[in-house]
Amino acid sequence: MADDFKNQLAQVSVGIAGLGGLGSHIAVFLARAGVQHLHLVDFDRVDESNLNRQHYFLRDIGRLKTEALAEQLLKINPALKIKTENIKLTETNAAAVFKADGIICEAVDKPETKAMLVNALFAAYADKTLIACSGLAGAGRSNAIKTRRISKNFYLCGDGESGIETCGRLSAPRAALCAAHAANLAVALILGLEE
Amino acid sequence: MRVNGKDIELKRGMTLAEFLAAHNYRAELVAVERNGQIVPRAEFGAAVLTDGDELEIVSFVGGG
Repeated sequence: MADDFKNQLAQVSVGIAGLGGLGSHIAVFLARAGVQHLHLVDFDRVDESNLNRQHYFLRDIGRLKTEALAEQLLKINPALKIKTENIKLTETNAAAVFKADGIICEAVDKPETKAMLVNALFAAYADKTLIACSGLAGAGRSNAIKTRRISKNFYLCGDGESGIETCGRLSAPRAALCAAHAANLAVALILGLEE
Repeated sequence: MRVNGKDIELKRGMTLAEFLAAHNYRAELVAVERNGQIVPRAEFGAAVLTDGDELEIVSFVGGG
């Protein structure tokens, strides 16, 4: 990796809200891409039912997702600076939790929480970039998953309509496609390759 | 007014909260960008829409 790329990727802390099928893959992609500062936020523990799509292992069942994921990421790159928080995000704590992050990836599961995060973060900050995800359930239709810029600092990844409510299931490759969109955008934004 | 890229005729004096309800959006599931800025949810009830507004309404679906 060219030194200036490496330096740029070390400058920004990326927060990841939710460490499920989206967030666990986003974290792995960012770690491999060279992002140095990762802030992992989730309240949950690894469950057997997560293993069809989330980046955990059988031996992780019952562990906090923050801890299980941080351990994996440090195996990819022991020099990473990882901050973990085991907390349920709410309208009152969300802005404070992500205070130190320049880019925040919204990767939670419930649509109410997704909307709450967008609202809470933009009510508090004008200078942070939020990458949200919506529409990644089901299988197939790879090319329906897109990255859209909604406003100056707000991007949306996904097909916008395939929810767990209507599609009924999530699968590893389609969730990871959306996660790759979010991670790829975060890297491009840090490198100044995308507005 | 333009909403999600489509022209929509605006009834006079409508607030954003009223517009969302009239178009079957659930306020707790949306983020609304108005003329380049995200409208804080607390302001939905007070934000009066005008004919020149451009809105982008993101209605979130579940899965993560």
